[in-house]
Amino acid sequence: MNTAWNIVRKIKEHVIEKVILFSGTTSILFVLLIFVFLLKEGLSIFWMVPLSDFLFAKNWYPISDPPQFGILPLILGSLFVTFGAAVLSVPIGIASALFIAEIAPPKLKEVMKAGIELLAAIPSVVIGFIGMMTLGPLIKDLFNLTTGLTALTGSITLAFMAMPTIVSIAEDAITAVPRSYREAAIAMGATKWQTTWRIVAYAARPGMIAAVMLGIGRVIGETMAVMMVTGNAALIPRSFLQPVRTLTATIAAEMGETVQGGEHYSALFAIGIILFIITFIINGIADLYLHRTRK
Amino acid sequence: MKAQTEQRIAVSILFLCTFLVVVPVLVILIIISMKGVSALTVSFLFDMPQNGMTSGGIFPAILGTVYLVVGAIVFAVPLGVLSAIYLVEYAKDTPLSRLIKLAIVNLAGVPSVVYGLFGLGIFVIFFGFGASILSGSLTLGIMILPVIITASREALESVPKTFRIVSLSLGASKWQTIRHSVLPHAIPGILTGTILGLGRAAGETAPILFTVAAFYLPKLPQSVFDQTMALPYHLYVISTQVPGIPEHTRYGTALVLLLLVLLLNLGAIILRYQFRKKKKW
Repeated sequence: MNTAWNIVRKIKEHVIEKVILFSGTTSILFVLLIFVFLLKEGLSIFWMVPLSDFLFAKNWYPISDPPQFGILPLILGSLFVTFGAAVLSVPIGIASALFIAEIAPPKLKEVMKAGIELLAAIPSVVIGFIGMMTLGPLIKDLFNLTTGLTALTGSITLAFMAMPTIVSIAEDAITAVPRSYREAAIAMGATKWQTTWRIVAYAARPGMIAAVMLGIGRVIGETMAVMMVTGNAALIPRSFLQPVRTLTATIAAEMGETVQGGEHYSALFAIGIILFIITFIINGIADLYLHRTRK
Repeated sequence: MKAQTEQRIAVSILFLCTFLVVVPVLVILIIISMKGVSALTVSFLFDMPQNGMTSGGIFPAILGTVYLVVGAIVFAVPLGVLSAIYLVEYAKDTPLSRLIKLAIVNLAGVPSVVYGLFGLGIFVIFFGFGASILSGSLTLGIMILPVIITASREALESVPKTFRIVSLSLGASKWQTIRHSVLPHAIPGILTGTILGLGRAAGETAPILFTVAAFYLPKLPQSVFDQTMALPYHLYVISTQVPGIPEHTRYGTALVLLLLVLLLNLGAIILRYQFRKKKKW
């Protein structure tokens, strides 16, 4: 009796362990599936348009006859907006992280962390909406433009959206710097600021780089907000005060009008492949730096 | 420059930067609340849209978002918790476990619109579910999987090692130990992660664009194979695609979405706080 029951228990245990092992590996499975399905639907465009033309041709006219699938304007659109967002968010974000981690008194620290968590929670479509309703008109009046939906509007909106990522990860890295570093610096006669800037910030560099990378990854992948505030003109951008269109916004805006399996459809999936690869690389690098901090 | 003066200037600049991040958040919340609150009536929340969405309510969009979020959670929570159990309780530091962790990081970094493409390719077309609540829920579920796994891992790791050692030494099996000595203490943390995942799924637009979201439907969805309207997509539609929607309707819709997401997050924060306070080890 007892042994029979033991065998049942062993089998049950075995099955549960296998289920757990399988669940554990599903993340790998999903990453692979995402890549496979992007390739499956997207690769066929490269039979019609060579990769170099796809990446570097200057015209994106997917529905004219004959269609032209050059994503250079979209790549430049993404680069413009991402660059603008990085210029704004990296210094401000790192400075905020230093302030919150090292200088703010405990009460203020809690309030500011809550504010940043709140920002992370606001859906991107709501941020896009408010950017469109308030920031757009402001920029239009400020620079005397015909439209306020420009690369600059997109950069500011996205800088704001990258903040929670940059601040929270940089703050973790700063907090993780051993206390003895600070004590040694203070004992040597350094001021609080000298300690913060030259010792703590220096020691937290790998984590800060990871924070910046992840923030940029977030910005490149952001879709709804950027689609609502950048004006969506698929032209090669020449200034920050022009409407631009990003890679992500193009997919979101045009997929609805395509014929399943058609050229336009697979061209949009091909853009998805490019986005997937870019974010894969950025996240990989960020992860390497994060591990360096832990050691 | 004297070190003290330098310090005063530097600290003021840092404070100003933090101010620049936090204050606009409050401004956004205040603007949306002030302009949206006049639209918030019982009929706005519980009526169907009328006259080309220019009047009436947003009930189908709210209901659709509830359906999608519940579907995503039903799929992602069991999978995510089991996955975390594997990583914390079973996996050794092998190439496989490192690969899994890398995959989770990457899953968290995939752009939301790429999830939309993936969902379109696999669920809508390959499995033939069509644009449906099922396709949308599964897509959102995979997207929030990293959130659930990460929160569950933290919760499991915070349970002291001694709990496991005592249970094993009393003759309990590995699974019995996990089931009875570890999981009960990790539940609040897992729940916190689940609620954060809910909030994330409720607010995302890009993954549901091609997998489920409908511009306008005259009636409510009847099964998981039907399309549905959804709150974030509805906000996008009425603010960019349809002209002549009154401003208070737009702000009202934004406010409802914002309240839904923030209340979920607030719930998670309160839960986490209570949990930390009660923890005795």
